[in-house]
Amino acid sequence: MAQIFHRSLNLYTKASILVALVLGGAAFAGLMAFERSPYITNQGITKPQPVPFSHQHHVAGLGIDCRYCHASVETSAYANIPPTKTCFNCHSQIWTNAAMLEPVRESYRSGKSLVWSKLNDLPDYVYFNHSIHINKGVGCNTCHGPVDKMPLMYQANTLQMEWCLECHRNPEKFLRPRNQVFNMEYKQPTEELPVTVDNVAYTEQEALGKALTAKYHLRNVTDITSCSTCHR
Amino acid sequence: MTRVKILVPALLILTICSACRQDMHDQPRYKPQARNDFFPDMRSARLLIDGTVARGQLHEDSYFYTGKIGNNPGEVMPFSITHDVLERGQERYNIFCAPCHSRVGDGKGMIPSRGFSRMPPSYHIERLQKAPAGYYFDVITNGLGIMQGYSGQIPAKDRWAIIAYIRALQLSQKAGAADVPAGLNLPTALPKFEGDAPSGATLVTPAPPKKEEKKEGGVE
Repeated sequence: MAQIFHRSLNLYTKASILVALVLGGAAFAGLMAFERSPYITNQGITKPQPVPFSHQHHVAGLGIDCRYCHASVETSAYANIPPTKTCFNCHSQIWTNAAMLEPVRESYRSGKSLVWSKLNDLPDYVYFNHSIHINKGVGCNTCHGPVDKMPLMYQANTLQMEWCLECHRNPEKFLRPRNQVFNMEYKQPTEELPVTVDNVAYTEQEALGKALTAKYHLRNVTDITSCSTCHR
Repeated sequence: MTRVKILVPALLILTICSACRQDMHDQPRYKPQARNDFFPDMRSARLLIDGTVARGQLHEDSYFYTGKIGNNPGEVMPFSITHDVLERGQERYNIFCAPCHSRVGDGKGMIPSRGFSRMPPSYHIERLQKAPAGYYFDVITNGLGIMQGYSGQIPAKDRWAIIAYIRALQLSQKAGAADVPAGLNLPTALPKFEGDAPSGATLVTPAPPKKEEKKEGGVE
């Protein structure tokens, strides 16, 4: 019986192994990239909302503090969506005829809640707590991104576990003084712009982060990277 | 054979689909402010039933929660004013009050400038200088005129801290150089800001005074 494959095909046989490896690798890399893509994570994607609320206008334009509306963020796990009444603190006077705000007025008249779409939605098996992050010196925009530059709100980060762990493994790279947590303009210390804590001027983040880790009694990395810290 | 031809892809699709189930991701429990179709108002969070008191919400100290003795506003603070209380009051004032009343309390805040029919009064007029602390407490709690009540946003203790800070603001507008304690320097220059000072309720980290340039061949 004659050989089915001529010996000149040996090269192709070897090459096909390589091609299979490359293709397999590419498929794996593609899958990994796909899993981290906004299609899966919703990063950077806005959702339709009852009112096109602009954080940019209210935060950067008017200078309203995060906590004016998200009043429970320092003391509870959940940063509340404000009740319609909070909107009406100002909008009973301003833009009272704006068609865009009709859903807000309707909600105020009828007592029915506005139904907002949740953007930063963690899986339910993650027991995230806002208050502890704020009280340990994690800034709002460290996770939520430049909210003061978002005409429409979107989720700024992937919110995947590897992203959480970036900070949980090295909290000192991200911490800032508590009184700067809500400062959207805060920048990590540099030679030109040191950050002063307890009368010590820090010029680099690492030194500042270490000092704050001690000052705010952060648990050690083993503790805050253990499964049951976030997954109870 | 045809059966296998259908089964294999079907199994493959099933495996892929099973990985996409979100049961653990979206568990059947109520998260805060979640929707609940059972109740007419569609809220899972329920209001207290009339005549009941939630744990920790029994307001026995009526002055602390109303600022009133009988029907009249009282002048005393229900707790002593320390430096911490004033700092807390300053922080809360800048969050909740400054948008309208401005950081110095003159009533020229950002929000009224956008088209209020009536501007908030300055705290430095005689009527409000003389108004008792309990009066402020009542207004913060229940609102007055076009100002809505803030009892939902500011806990009672913080409302008192804000009042202490308003008193400090009122003092500050009448203060002279003689009121500065010995040994403290009056700041002469305005704090410097990086770029344009934003209107934000949070201060930008002030830029420090320029350092002398290092000319020695130090290690970079």
